[in-house]
Amino acid sequence: MSEEVRLMKGNEALAHAAIRYGCDGYFGYPITPQSEVLETLESEMPWETTGMVVLQAESEVASINMVYAGAAAGKCVFTSSSSPGISLMQEGISFIAGCQLPALIINVMRGGPGLGTIQPSQADYFQATKGGGHGDYHLIVLAPSSVQEMCDFVGLGWDLAFKYRTPAMILADGIVGQMMEKVVLPPQRPRRTDEEVRKQCPWAVTGKKNRERNVITSLELDSAEMEILNEKFQETYREIEKNEVRYEAYNIDNCDYLLVAFGSIARICKKAIELAAEQGIKVGLIRPITLWPFPYEAVAAAASNVKGVLVVELNAGQMIEDVRQAINDKAMPIRHYGRLGGIVLTPDEILDSLKNNFLNPEA
Amino acid sequence: MEINEIIKAENKVMARPRLLTDAHMHYCPGCSHGVVHKLIAEIIDELGQEDNTVGVAPVGCAVFAYKYIDVDWVEAAHGRAPAVATAIHRLNPEKLVFTYQGDGDFAAIGTCESIHAANRGENIAIIFINNAIYGMTGGQMAPTTLIGMKTATTPYGRRVDLNGYPLVISDLVAKLDGACYVTRQSVHTPAAVRKAKAAIKKAFQNALAKKGTSLVEIVSTCNSGWKKSPAESNKWMEENMFVKYPLGDLKDI
Amino acid sequence: MAKVKGAVEVNIERCKGCELCVVACPTGVLSLKEREVNDRGYHFAFMKNPDACIGCQSCALVCPDACIEVYRLVDPTK
Repeated sequence: MSEEVRLMKGNEALAHAAIRYGCDGYFGYPITPQSEVLETLESEMPWETTGMVVLQAESEVASINMVYAGAAAGKCVFTSSSSPGISLMQEGISFIAGCQLPALIINVMRGGPGLGTIQPSQADYFQATKGGGHGDYHLIVLAPSSVQEMCDFVGLGWDLAFKYRTPAMILADGIVGQMMEKVVLPPQRPRRTDEEVRKQCPWAVTGKKNRERNVITSLELDSAEMEILNEKFQETYREIEKNEVRYEAYNIDNCDYLLVAFGSIARICKKAIELAAEQGIKVGLIRPITLWPFPYEAVAAAASNVKGVLVVELNAGQMIEDVRQAINDKAMPIRHYGRLGGIVLTPDEILDSLKNNFLNPEA
Repeated sequence: MEINEIIKAENKVMARPRLLTDAHMHYCPGCSHGVVHKLIAEIIDELGQEDNTVGVAPVGCAVFAYKYIDVDWVEAAHGRAPAVATAIHRLNPEKLVFTYQGDGDFAAIGTCESIHAANRGENIAIIFINNAIYGMTGGQMAPTTLIGMKTATTPYGRRVDLNGYPLVISDLVAKLDGACYVTRQSVHTPAAVRKAKAAIKKAFQNALAKKGTSLVEIVSTCNSGWKKSPAESNKWMEENMFVKYPLGDLKDI
Repeated sequence: MAKVKGAVEVNIERCKGCELCVVACPTGVLSLKEREVNDRGYHFAFMKNPDACIGCQSCALVCPDACIEVYRLVDPTK
């Protein structure tokens, strides 16, 4: 398969991108609004072409542990789910992090807490960026805002996961999962051969042929050893923070107000910036692409000459905590605008919030 | 005849299995786990699968199984070994993949994964140690704890009205179309050990031949948890455990 | 009829003194040391009655710590 331009849903793009990246296996369980990932994989039947394994597991718990196992075997594997399912996976994600394994987890977020709603949300920001499971670990978290990024971040996620031997997450939302857009699918890459896997992942469980045996475990009862291991994790995280911060800056030169938003909501912010410009209000946007590592310096720099910062999220105020940490200026007004429970906000609402907060706060 | 005339390399008829590592096993004196580890090490060697095997270790007393048998291992989260084995085998269909699980792992927290892996007919072997108690956490009730049996969480004996019935999970697995071989064995006498070895070997051969899921339940003792000597535990097992968990093949196709 | 002679070697430091080999032995060869212990404090197994050993491997089969190795030969003098 060569490069190809197609019209498709974000969820479908995830599946196509994975096959074309040369993925070895997908393990997942249906949940709205991301079931198209598994459905697309099953209908594409990649086991007939690339040899990729696709398995509908008995639960999200089983799915993530299958991903853990595939990663332990040095394979390029992933799962996808939506918020409640991702909650179920947290133990497995912690194991993947604790065993320093590369894997990709996709969360197409829906509203919560609890069973919540099947409508879009960004309320899993804390869960994705601040831990989620037990122990001191981080996921590399990528937030796509278009179908093209849904496609591109699959490859980027695996590249980063293998580079640092750590799990990566694509934190999408129901909007970008369900909407259809033009997407450029990359050409097909061959799956790695067993020999290539052995060479790239000498730590993997591939059978102990011509080497000492490999054991994948996160268990270490010696506290001193466990501390050393944790320190090693932290070193990796500092390295990732140094090298892998990604963001998009939009219209930030000479702006008077700054919006900070991620994922599909950043696109709605761009429309709000357009509406503001028509009224002579100069507004810029920082869109963090990596939610972890968070672009603290970029946010601080963009906010250095503005009169106020509005953080726009489909939640009750989660990323705003990182924005506050980035700006670290008590004098700077930092406000939040969000909708809850699966309601998608509009450009007009953002503009109104901006005005109410900063231009005519009395009103 | 002098002893040193007998103890010569050419007269050796039973040696420590080559694939057991030098590590001291952490198990209590007399624990069945050690016997089963020994059999697995011998069988992997006899089948020539040393370089082609991935074992999946459980949570529970056998959490450190990976320290003792010299093959590649993955340590699974509690109960998830069959899911882990599923993916390893699906992604490496020519590998010999087996899980080693206790009763809590296989029949309580991991029941879902156990049943579904067997129902899909994953080409794996499952070695299931049933000693009717949670050893590692200090002797609490297991799903397989017998009625009336005292444990740390059933200090007056397991009661049906409070705790339900012992789960005879191998009988359930035997009913699944994906399971090709389900057997219940023990390792408390020399004859039983020989039979258990043949059973585990068959399970491994089935996995290599892609015949489906094989389950070998080893009805075992936990003398620390049962608060009996190893020899007394064997006797108690014969008189009590074998009544609820009778030995023999449940399925062999 | 040729007589079968056997002997066992116990890896003393591996032995945990569980006594299962003593119970399994059909000819009463093995016993646990009553006073002596190994580095871990276990009363280890030994051949108390070596002449009775027939090299049947019963002890090694039931040994959980794989610390018994068995030797066997047909005594050519009998």
